[in-house]
Amino acid sequence: MPAVTTEQVEVRVIETLASFGPDPEQITRDATFEELDIDSLDLVELAQIVEDEYGVVLKGEDMKELKTVGDAIDLIVSKAEA
Amino acid sequence: MAEQSALVTGASRGIGAAIARALARDGWAVGVNYRSDSEAAERVVSEIVEGGGRATALAADVTDPAAPDELFGAMESEYGGPVLALVNNAGVSRDDLVPTLGDEEWSAVIETDLNAAFRMTRRALVPMMRARHGRIVNVSSVVGLRANPGQSNYAAAKAGLIALTKTAAVEVARRGVTINAVAPGWIDTDMTAEVSEERLVAVPARRAGTPEEVAACVRFLISDEASYVTGAVLSVDGGLAA
Repeated sequence: MPAVTTEQVEVRVIETLASFGPDPEQITRDATFEELDIDSLDLVELAQIVEDEYGVVLKGEDMKELKTVGDAIDLIVSKAEA
Repeated sequence: MAEQSALVTGASRGIGAAIARALARDGWAVGVNYRSDSEAAERVVSEIVEGGGRATALAADVTDPAAPDELFGAMESEYGGPVLALVNNAGVSRDDLVPTLGDEEWSAVIETDLNAAFRMTRRALVPMMRARHGRIVNVSSVVGLRANPGQSNYAAAKAGLIALTKTAAVEVARRGVTINAVAPGWIDTDMTAEVSEERLVAVPARRAGTPEEVAACVRFLISDEASYVTGAVLSVDGGLAA
């Protein structure tokens, strides 16, 4: 598995979240999932994409802790490095 | 180019075989799952292929927790894309009255008719969500809606399947994935072969249904025409539950 950079993860996460409906311009690191109207089903799909692409398994309990887009990016990057 | 593929459990005979044939006629490449009767499954595949369709026989006991990954993995590599239609049809019955119904008979029916359908549905959903299209049809039963003495285990499983259908349907509705159930009544299959013909007087239509009549409803629910139908239970019972 090649090392992933935070920038790569950020691009992919934002692209994925945009496919769920919110305006891409609103998807910043500080934006909360609540503001973006991203719900638990969207996060399940995001987790599956992350697993397929980075080999990072995100469990339901990991996802529940996430409040912002930045939280998700940081969690994925930290798991990918582990 | 990926083919549109559909997986039907318990498809070597009866209702499942009729559903596999009907979906093949609609252009689906069909996975014909079976547990033990490979000859019957191969006959269904041959009929489909002779009719110009595509089908593959897939052996698996759906109660094996590894079965969903095996079946979906085989379909995905055979047809080059996600399975976009799943029919949870595999089912067993072990009838007895509640006072004498054994734990094993209870559990075997819940395991096959409900738990396996849950695990298959779980495996199916994420790829369907990502494709923004998917169809799941659960083959429930009239006894999931209306009591039939001697079938408490089967009824509990089939009613549970309806509750699973409705809940999962609302969870994924906005991803273009629909989940519905059909509730067949008395259908002429091996499973009902031992049921007394006298019971037919209870059926308003005064006859048993055919597997093809159930398959036609499943085919509709899987078609593009049914895109706004989700969480529904379609009775196919000659009026028995009405």
